[in-house]
Amino acid sequence: MSVLVFAESQNGQFKKAAFEAVTYANKTAQVLGTDCIAICIGDAADAGQLGKYGASKVLQVNDASLNDFDSQIYTSIIAQAAQANNASVVVMMHSSCGKSLVGRLSARLNAGSAPGVNQLPTNDGSFKVKKNVFSGKAIAEIEISSDIKVVSVMGNSLQPEATGSDVAVEAFSADVPARRVSVKEVNKVQGSVPLPEAELVVSAGRGMKGPENWGIIEELAELLGAATACSRPVADTHWRPHHEHVGQTGVAIRPNLYFAIGISGAIQHLAGVNSSKVIVVINKDPEAPFFKAADYGVCADLFDVVPKLTEAFKKFKNA
Amino acid sequence: MKLLVCVSKTPDTTAKISFSENNTQFNEAGVQFIMNPYDEWYALVRALELKEAQGGTVTLINVGPATNDVTIRKGLAIGADDAVRIDCDPKSSLYVAQQIANYAKDNAYDVIFCGKETIDYNGSEVGGMVAELLDMPFISYASDMQLDGNNATIQRDIEGGKEVVEVATPFVISAAKGLAEQRIASMKGIMMSRKKPINVVAPLEVADLSTVVHYDMPPAKAECKMIDPENMEELVRLLHEEAKII
Ligand SMILES: Cc1cc2nc3c(=O)[nH]c(=O)nc-3n(C[C@H](O)[C@H](O)[C@H](O)COP(=O)(O)OP(=O)(O)OC[C@H]3O[C@@H](n4cnc5c(N)ncnc54)[C@H](O)[C@@H]3O)c2cc1C
Ligand SMILES: Nc1ncnc2c1ncn2[C@@H]1O[C@H](COP(=O)(O)O)[C@@H](O)[C@H]1O
Repeated sequence: MSVLVFAESQNGQFKKAAFEAVTYANKTAQVLGTDCIAICIGDAADAGQLGKYGASKVLQVNDASLNDFDSQIYTSIIAQAAQANNASVVVMMHSSCGKSLVGRLSARLNAGSAPGVNQLPTNDGSFKVKKNVFSGKAIAEIEISSDIKVVSVMGNSLQPEATGSDVAVEAFSADVPARRVSVKEVNKVQGSVPLPEAELVVSAGRGMKGPENWGIIEELAELLGAATACSRPVADTHWRPHHEHVGQTGVAIRPNLYFAIGISGAIQHLAGVNSSKVIVVINKDPEAPFFKAADYGVCADLFDVVPKLTEAFKKFKNA
Repeated sequence: MKLLVCVSKTPDTTAKISFSENNTQFNEAGVQFIMNPYDEWYALVRALELKEAQGGTVTLINVGPATNDVTIRKGLAIGADDAVRIDCDPKSSLYVAQQIANYAKDNAYDVIFCGKETIDYNGSEVGGMVAELLDMPFISYASDMQLDGNNATIQRDIEGGKEVVEVATPFVISAAKGLAEQRIASMKGIMMSRKKPINVVAPLEVADLSTVVHYDMPPAKAECKMIDPENMEELVRLLHEEAKII
């Protein structure tokens, strides 16, 4: 028996998501009384570092031609590794790759699945794990009855814990199916923190009045090393790029800290952000629904408050 | 072009969520149901656009009970040609996907569309499952798709940006915002939908490997602490000392 975890890499680099996934898998292995084995696909250097997060062994299909993601190829390789290692649980992040893999792997292995879980499983005779449903309005506990289980983990559900040391990397040889999807371009916003991975997010809405006013938001975000986000009407009117749109129809995020500035807090907006650990709302309307979902609130004109908040953070940083 | 669009029924985005039978069942009483927005607004509309541009048929498929016919009719009113309903309780994602794949395998669809996720289960897995069961490529979270003959160029949402991929038909695609513009059913569409067939098919017997055994409401938020707008140092202090996140 083992817990197999797919550790995602990009352009030969592991991201925080990979360390989160291995940490989750290692803790799951402890719950089940077994070992955690990591598999990585592509030519990422230094795969042995996954041992720090709890992998007892790292398997790698070290082939640069596999660096570009394709759900069919990756599923095939991960399934072969699961079978070769008699895996009882297969873990990955609920990232853009993971979301394309979780269903495929479940079908491939004829395994029950739980997509987007945010807590460790319990194993009191049966395997149960929790995830948010109804866009964060409720939590479901899912019982998986198949011998092998597939689980994808919501980003930021737990912090990577580097407690171990590097381990040996073993080459894993798999039958690789022919590539049917070719990646032509990857366009990422340069320099900034990708929103779904950000621990701190500064988000603003229609209360900003116009795109020309976003300087104060960007300044605050830069100071904090935070990602920027926005409400749907802001993206729809092209004040801000589409990928910043959070909510029911946009991205769902769960940062440690979410600043909602000049956003009313409509239910469809909350659906994408209500799993944030701490929410700070700045709004001039004391009746704004967002205050009900907030931990800290400031009822005032954002154009006064945001620069003051930035100043206060500067002082804090320099103290 | 033979196009298949997987459509599911979900509670309206503003529905109040509650549970019954010791928090083991979703309480449907008084809940307004809609077609899952990603299925209706983006997947279905992009399929209709392709049909309008190149000819072909758009078929809807739903795995669910007879009460879902109202939702399916809405898709027919927006413009789908016909529909299939696999008559059963959609127990789990894999169960649903096995039903869809079983129906689709004999029908040679060029593209199978689904939504990026359902807004009730938030699984984003049915599309990938169908693709695996049919041995097809799967492109998830598509926000743009152009088709030239059998070759598609698809833009998909990834962390902090976009990826552009090329793939040949047949394939499965999951629809995100941007793939198409929402359409409203016309009066004529609604009238015509009444004559369009919903083909009811018996389900395939398959095992159910995962089940929701319990629901909970998220822990209630403590009262929001209001901070004096003149004292942002206090907010920073609380975030540092009390919330311990900076
Ligand atoms: C099916 C559906 C899906 C949707 N999906 C999403 C989604 O994914 N994401 C999303 O965000 N929305 C979504 N919406 C839209 C949502 O219902 C709201 O309309 C939207 O979130 C409102 O955006 P807003 O808060 O920026 O603007 P508004 O509602 O206009 O709110 C602006 C806020 O700014 C405050 N304000 C104004 N000036 C100032 C100032 N000077 N200082 C401080 N505060 C100020 C106001 O008091 C107000 O509360 C969806 C709607 C539907 C029907
Ligand atoms: N019962 C169902 N019948 C038909 N299609 C479904 C059903 N459930 C889910 N789907 C499709 O699969 C997509 C993803 O669903 P999910 O994996 O539950 O998030 C939806 O957007 C639909 O296109």
